[in-house]
Amino acid sequence: MGIYLPIAEISVNVFVLLAMGAAVGFLSGLFGVGGGFLITPLLIFYNIPPAIAVATGANQVIASSFSGALSHMKRGTLDFKLGFVLLAGGIVGSTAGVYVFSVLRSLGQLDLFISLLYVALLGSVGGLMLFESVNALRATRSGAAPTLKKSGQHNWIHRLPLKMRFRTSKLFVSVIPVLALGAAIGFLSSIMGVGGGFIMVPALIYLLRVPTNVVVGTSLFQIIFTSGYTTLIHASTNYTVDIMLALLLMIGGVAGAQYGAKAGQKLRGEQLRALLALLVLAVAIRLAVDLFVTPPNLYSLSTPGLS
Amino acid sequence: MRRFWGLSAILLLAFPAYAQSPHQENIQIGLSTDSVAITAGFAGADLTIFGSLEDADPQVSRQGRYDVVVVLEGPARPVVVRRKDRVLGVWMNLESEQFENVPVSYSVATTRALQDITEPNSYKQLSLGSNNIYMQPADRSQNPFTIAEFTKALRESKTAIGLYSENVGGVRFLSQNLFRATVRLAPDVPVGTHKARAFLFKNGMFVKESSAQLEIRKSGFEQAIFRLAHNHGFAYGMLSIGLAIVTGWLGRIVFRRD
Repeated sequence: MGIYLPIAEISVNVFVLLAMGAAVGFLSGLFGVGGGFLITPLLIFYNIPPAIAVATGANQVIASSFSGALSHMKRGTLDFKLGFVLLAGGIVGSTAGVYVFSVLRSLGQLDLFISLLYVALLGSVGGLMLFESVNALRATRSGAAPTLKKSGQHNWIHRLPLKMRFRTSKLFVSVIPVLALGAAIGFLSSIMGVGGGFIMVPALIYLLRVPTNVVVGTSLFQIIFTSGYTTLIHASTNYTVDIMLALLLMIGGVAGAQYGAKAGQKLRGEQLRALLALLVLAVAIRLAVDLFVTPPNLYSLSTPGLS
Repeated sequence: MRRFWGLSAILLLAFPAYAQSPHQENIQIGLSTDSVAITAGFAGADLTIFGSLEDADPQVSRQGRYDVVVVLEGPARPVVVRRKDRVLGVWMNLESEQFENVPVSYSVATTRALQDITEPNSYKQLSLGSNNIYMQPADRSQNPFTIAEFTKALRESKTAIGLYSENVGGVRFLSQNLFRATVRLAPDVPVGTHKARAFLFKNGMFVKESSAQLEIRKSGFEQAIFRLAHNHGFAYGMLSIGLAIVTGWLGRIVFRRD
């Protein structure tokens, strides 16, 4: 069944989009990532213009992360206090990111920069996570209790001043690294057009030592706001949010997110991390291949003034 | 004997007419509608254009020596063509070329394959066919080889995505004077004013041309969304976010699994 998208100005298949939304929503509920880093490349692959894919992807992410965050709130695995502190940093970072985005676009080569950034970030984050989680899985198999705290619970981050207690996360740390992390992710997410969950989740786990189950809910909570902000910016400056496209993706996405959150409960923390690492690495490899392999068509068409 | 004379008279009357003043053929096309609305269910369509030949020579007609080429040309817009090149193993956009006034879409329907109708030169003179549209480079001082290369790439890309198409046999004569042309509207046909043109060829020679205009626009709902997005971007953004929150909440209620 075809449907005409009023902003993208093309006709697409409804079921393809619903399925795409459902698949990404499932992963989103499972891992606590918004799925922006998956949905945007998928949409571009399906011939949606990149500018519209980025903006509409952000809009879709709001729905699946809101839906996922609700499940986590019910289960008590959402740390509101931590979420709000991250968000405060995130807004500062996003604003700076939007500015850098427009500078990069005026210099040209924005697409290449984004691709390189994706490959570098996804590759290193995915690689590190995979290494750690496989070690943890091995340790569990040999009988030792799985723990992330072996490398010394009190690293330099825990010696900073302005300490704050995050009860849900069983955490007592300085707000400085939390704010800085929020800002860094806000900055990256507005440049890359994603919610930033795939960086947020490992950063909370490895840098701040937040328990994995709380990380997922808190990350989703934070993503609602960052992607909301991104959507608003794109809608009011670039007019690239296609509400019909977003709605189709959302319907699939929210259904998938609920099943994903349920499936996530059956997995242990280190298994969840290993799977997320594999997913992140797969996307990184896919993007890297695009950069290095001869493209089937060397020429591309675009409208002047739009990237 | 009288019959013989009668026949001769007809021949005498007819023959000079064929030799001295051939038929003054004319071609007319008509669209059943002057606007096509794109609705939510639009997935590309076939547009039918009817046309007639006036003062057609029945003999030429019987031999099938009349050919018609119908073109539906979309609005013209500027286009940038970029070429990727390898830098340190990475493929990146390096060279680019901007063209002005490139028709966004160009669908052709013909009675026979284009090369069977007339000489390549007459197509060139008429700027007829996607290979003969003049693509005006924004910067004409550039290397002509580069311009030619990017022009070719532009045509090939447009053909590959279906915006430039050719429908051989898409024009059929329903009677001696009446024909029907079917041109393809791609799913991503651009909105705006399209121009339909019909070219008549007789024995491989161009005779006459006729044109009509067609407005392709979004239907009420799609148009309303488009306007809202462009004129009230902030409100539209808030609406999109609100929709996402409501969908997320409803999804939680409908699909909850815990």
